[in-house]
Amino acid sequence: MADDPQTRFEQDRAIDPTGEDPRPAGTAVGGPTPRDSASLIDPRLDSPAREGLTGTARAGVYEPTREPEDVTIAPDHRPMDEQPRWRQDFAIDWPEDHFVARRDFAKFLVLTSGAFVAGQAWIAAKSLLRDRRPPPGRKRIASLAAVPPGSATMFAYPGEHDPCLLIRLRDGKLLAYSQKCTHLSCAVVPKIDQGILHCPCHEGVFELATGRNIAGPPPRPLPVIELEVAGDDVYAIGVLERTT
Amino acid sequence: MTAKPQRQSTRAQRTTVVYGVVCFVLILVVAQLWLLTATMNAWLGDDDAVVWPALGASAACLGLNLGLLRYLLRK
Repeated sequence: MADDPQTRFEQDRAIDPTGEDPRPAGTAVGGPTPRDSASLIDPRLDSPAREGLTGTARAGVYEPTREPEDVTIAPDHRPMDEQPRWRQDFAIDWPEDHFVARRDFAKFLVLTSGAFVAGQAWIAAKSLLRDRRPPPGRKRIASLAAVPPGSATMFAYPGEHDPCLLIRLRDGKLLAYSQKCTHLSCAVVPKIDQGILHCPCHEGVFELATGRNIAGPPPRPLPVIELEVAGDDVYAIGVLERTT
Repeated sequence: MTAKPQRQSTRAQRTTVVYGVVCFVLILVVAQLWLLTATMNAWLGDDDAVVWPALGASAACLGLNLGLLRYLLRK
């Protein structure tokens, strides 16, 4: 068998199966003989040292292979020799760059997650402080004579920077709401004839009779100012904030 | 008893893991964003009942995110 790997190996190593030295007489003087070097290898076919040499597997199969993605590839997929000089000098490992960029993005997301928890903690702390705050007191805001039916007037309650609207409907009923739109705190405008409170900033609309948000971006109804009428005077006695 | 050799993932496998973790973290962060806006809306409407449970849920999301990030940094 001319192409037998075992035969080829033995010929390359000058191993005579009969045990005879195949070289001419006298050539063995000085230096190791091929038989000496061949004797370092176990002649059995199944010996571990002969893996890759006997034709059962090519020698390169045991070399570590490189992942295709481990090879740096330029964005235009041309070989590095054809790339401009600046890219050859400052070659970027794009697959590694993608891996690191996404890992850094994950870090940024976790940082954002921490910021949201800080925001929740801030709301909780403000909630504790609000619970300890005393309720707003009773305050005279207008006289009935100053608010004829079908009109509205402004007042500040509970603080001087909390603008509110006192509205008297045509049937004489009194209503009061905070004037700050629940969207972005623009001042709402009462339109008594249309039965609405209109926010001109982003076209938010509240129902006049209840203060509920009925159109536009406002997420909550207007806070209701609780009223008390004593004689000819109108008093504000509390603020009722609502979610629905 | 010999120790089992630790398997080294290829970079392609690690990048896939990063994608999965980033998607999961992103979902949790969006959930936290929704939680924060809903809590703020409720609190401004004088509804304090949801404040502390929302804080706990958001903190749990952060803990999960930190765990995922720790796993990612060890890859």
